[in-house]
Amino acid sequence: MERKLLEMQARALADLEGAGSLDELNEIRVRYLGKKGELTGVLRGMAALKAEERPRVGQIANQVRDKIEDRLNERTAQLKDVIRRERLAAEILDITLPGTVFNVGRLHPLTAVTRQIEDIFLGLGFSIAEGPEVELDYYNFEALNLPKDHPARDMQDTFFITQEVLLRTHTSPVQVRTMERTAPALPVKIIAPGKVYRRDDDATHSPMFHQVEGLAVDRRITMADLRGVLQVFAQQMFGPETRTRFRPSYFPFTEPSAEVDISCVMCGGRGCRVCSHTGWLEILGCGMVHPRVLEMSGYDSGEVTGFAFGMGVERVAMLKYGIDDLRLFFDNDIRFLAQF
Amino acid sequence: MRVSLKWLREYVDINVPARELAELLTLAGLAVEGVRNPGEGIDRVCTGKILGIEPHPNADKLFICRVTVGSGDDLQIVTGATNVKPGHVVPVALEGARLAGGLVIKKARLRGVESRGMLCSGQELGLDAGVMPPDQAHGIMLLDPDLPPGLDVKEVIGLNDTIFELDLTPNRGDCMSMVGVAREVAALLGQKMRLPETRLAETGPGAGDEVRVEIEDPGLCGRYVARLFRNIKIGPSPRWMQERLRAAGVRPISNIVDITNYVMMELGQPLHAFDYDTLKDGRIIVRRARKGEVLVSLDGNERKLAEDMLVIADPGGPVAVAGVMGGLATEVTKNTTTVLLESAFFNPISIRRTSRALGLRSESSSRFEKGVDITGCRRAADRAARLLLDLAAGVVAPGAADNYPGRAAPRTVILRPERLEHVLGVSVPPEEAAGILRRLEFQVKDGGRKLLVTVPGHRADVSLEEDLIEEVARVYGYNRIPYTLPCGATTRGTRTPRQALEWTVRDCLAALGLYEVVTYSFTSPAYLDKAGVPQDSPLRIPVRLQNPLSEDQSVMRTMLLPGLLEVLSRNASRRVADLAVFELGKIFLPSRSEPLPVEKPVLAAAAAGKSPAGWNRPGQPYDYYYFKGVLETLFDRVSIGDYTLERKTGNGLFHPGKAARVIAGGTEIGVVGELHPDVLENYDLAEGAVAMEVDFGALADLAGQPRKYRPLPRYPGMERDLAVVVGRNVPARDIIGVIRKFGGPYLREVRLFDVYRGKQVREGRQSMAFSLSFRADDRTLTDEEISGHMAAVAEALAGEFGAELRS
Repeated sequence: MERKLLEMQARALADLEGAGSLDELNEIRVRYLGKKGELTGVLRGMAALKAEERPRVGQIANQVRDKIEDRLNERTAQLKDVIRRERLAAEILDITLPGTVFNVGRLHPLTAVTRQIEDIFLGLGFSIAEGPEVELDYYNFEALNLPKDHPARDMQDTFFITQEVLLRTHTSPVQVRTMERTAPALPVKIIAPGKVYRRDDDATHSPMFHQVEGLAVDRRITMADLRGVLQVFAQQMFGPETRTRFRPSYFPFTEPSAEVDISCVMCGGRGCRVCSHTGWLEILGCGMVHPRVLEMSGYDSGEVTGFAFGMGVERVAMLKYGIDDLRLFFDNDIRFLAQF
Repeated sequence: MRVSLKWLREYVDINVPARELAELLTLAGLAVEGVRNPGEGIDRVCTGKILGIEPHPNADKLFICRVTVGSGDDLQIVTGATNVKPGHVVPVALEGARLAGGLVIKKARLRGVESRGMLCSGQELGLDAGVMPPDQAHGIMLLDPDLPPGLDVKEVIGLNDTIFELDLTPNRGDCMSMVGVAREVAALLGQKMRLPETRLAETGPGAGDEVRVEIEDPGLCGRYVARLFRNIKIGPSPRWMQERLRAAGVRPISNIVDITNYVMMELGQPLHAFDYDTLKDGRIIVRRARKGEVLVSLDGNERKLAEDMLVIADPGGPVAVAGVMGGLATEVTKNTTTVLLESAFFNPISIRRTSRALGLRSESSSRFEKGVDITGCRRAADRAARLLLDLAAGVVAPGAADNYPGRAAPRTVILRPERLEHVLGVSVPPEEAAGILRRLEFQVKDGGRKLLVTVPGHRADVSLEEDLIEEVARVYGYNRIPYTLPCGATTRGTRTPRQALEWTVRDCLAALGLYEVVTYSFTSPAYLDKAGVPQDSPLRIPVRLQNPLSEDQSVMRTMLLPGLLEVLSRNASRRVADLAVFELGKIFLPSRSEPLPVEKPVLAAAAAGKSPAGWNRPGQPYDYYYFKGVLETLFDRVSIGDYTLERKTGNGLFHPGKAARVIAGGTEIGVVGELHPDVLENYDLAEGAVAMEVDFGALADLAGQPRKYRPLPRYPGMERDLAVVVGRNVPARDIIGVIRKFGGPYLREVRLFDVYRGKQVREGRQSMAFSLSFRADDRTLTDEEISGHMAAVAEALAGEFGAELRS
């Protein structure tokens, strides 16, 4: 019996060595150690042994079982390890295949730039005011010191709805509406982004475009403040090395008035094709609010002063992104919109 | 305004390079848009005298000229021009010459005949056809026949010059003249001005004896000066005058006309010359036109005059439209012997209206429109008289008829130094401010703690203290003003919730795969037809433009969707068929009670084709369910929970079976649906398309319900799936309603996860599979607690919809 046990052990161990898969190992386990396995069969024969032999044979049987089990476990671990390694070796992705495509759209460059402009002025304590796009002649012109027949009305070709109602030609009427609403309270610090309309359609003019108006009214607002605010704006929008330059100009609703140039965003001011070799790019018009405009809107021009500015969003976006054709903004070609 | 530096130097010394002067002027408010050297690039062109002309033996249209250029042999030059004759002096480009536009002249053979150079036209020397006499506009330029051959043509025709192109602001009419620009230059460079000579010798009977000027409407004509010139000899003006006129962009015509134009360019005062003998009784009557009056103007056209137009008339009727255009009948001709010269001030607004009404804009009207110097009318007339004498073109009658109803005392404006500092934010010493103003010809008196400033006649634009502040600031230098930030009460720079919501919505839709677009607010009424909007829709009544650029842009939009569909269609035509877009913009609806229309912000979106596909994931069709999902996600993002979708019927834009109205707060706030096949066809969207439009105002009113934290569940829930087969027309929402009703107290969520229509179920039926989540807050549920409710649900569904349970 003892011989039988040892012979079985030798076979089992040999089988284990020869096994190549977890299934085979399992089979071996069943064959030798299972309820109907060989070991059980051998042990069943113990009843025929003499009583004094039983403990010794029983001990041998236990040793055989332990030995086979240990080996079985070792082999299982070995095989698992081999299998995992083989699996990992087979699992190699083409890491150069494109990633999953997500469906994500984008904001229009004009609104994206508008938001940037808004954020800069919000940071300077300005809030955002709004006004109608279809406007009264009074707010668009007269209250801005542009009476009927004023030659400066020629600067802005106007779409009319009736004699007194028109499409606003600039965002400046929002200045007047805001001051009328606020006066005599101080201070007023607003920007007003929005659509404006002029009767002009060619390569460099669109009949609809976007402006951002700015207005600050208080007891001690100066032109130096205007310069400071616009300098901050220019540097935040176009980079910290940007310089600004003020040139005297004329707007009926500001006095003194100025055009503001920034150092060319392409060449940094050395002169290139974009800035017509001047080193400067015109970016906005501004000035100190005309006393008549303050008075008409309900402020005492002897007591308060203010500054105002207006910039074209398209112009800012074109400079920022290097866009050379205004019409692209309203064509809405996806190949354009997808670039921002 | 074109400014010849050569001419400008007559009035002021310029001691800086041209580029620097341009910069100075620009930074003082006279924007120099361009600097041009007309002679640049032109070389080896000299005067040459035509000695003889013969026909070309081999070409009908060519001629062979023998030309002397002073030194060396006579040159044989072939030309195609027909306006040259022997004896003419013309510009000759020698071998190796360079011309405007970069053309280089070489010895050549033209049809077998050698040509050693070229006769030049004005254009070949860089001159505009517009400043050439008509006979030379398309031929060879003819020079003064007394000029010796061999002179450098650049000198002879004044090309050795620098021309500034000024872009003047409308308030600076005073700088539409050489003297006006010179005054600025003098002030900026600290130089003295030299004014043009106006002293003159007068002869014969006084002008006042033979000319009477009556002004009927002093509001429209503040001053009218008439001078009389006798013994007129019409001829060409001298070379220097022609040269300057050309440099200023004016075509030389004859001595008298050239003098009037010259003085206009020099002093900014438009002048008009009448043939005195054609005026009835020597009387000038300045009055409004009478009803039905007409005038044949200088250009030969008959002009119908309106009653608000100012005319110059004699007792026989109008002879000129004041300040805008002269009449043909009183024009100076080669037979004219006596000239009445007009130098006047006309009301700028009246001139502007009249020139617009007649469609006539001229150098003259553009100056009157901006207001000429009323105090300078006489000086301009005197200057013209002086030039007449200098040119020996006639004699000057003593004095002038000067009717001056608009005479006013010079304006005095106070400038307070502390106000100057208050506005500019920089302290300019009063002496410096006074000095700047004096250099600009303001008179300045010290009034104690303020300056008393008298405004010169040419600066009608200055009437307020702020105007003076600008004058001081622009010469002082805007860029010497420091950079500061406003001080004072703190202000809160924030967006209103509504303004913030606009960006939330934009960001949300972009994140869901939609591209933002910006389309025109004006549109064509026909676009509503294209979009299938019913004829009786209120959206058919738009706000209409009086003066649209085109029918396509003639009304303000009442919907956003047609514009978005155009965008889809346009992109599809460029082979981008899969696209989703949105726009947040206004629509415009006429108001019955208010003068302004109602402007309503609207959020619209449209999509065609399918979402982008990858190699590992197919695209999803942009269909009703996609956009419903977009809508649901958006509403969730902006915290709107309480809304329903109801079937949309009776709108031509949408497919009748695939569209829904969005109902919230009891009203319809939007629509979402697939487009009607007819509309798809109109926009060439073969692949199908879906759209939605939401009233943004209503959305904003509903949005922003506050979010409240709910504690996380402490006990696990239990999931049960339930698949039922029901008729196809049973809406999912109704089934879910019944499930909720009978699901018992622990039912937390019902989620539909599958809809099946196919062979596994009977015709006309569909299978719907739901996942039900049960949970109690205080314990773990047992199977027994749930199964009763599941059975109740199944029973109710069977009873309500004839639903069969699917296992």
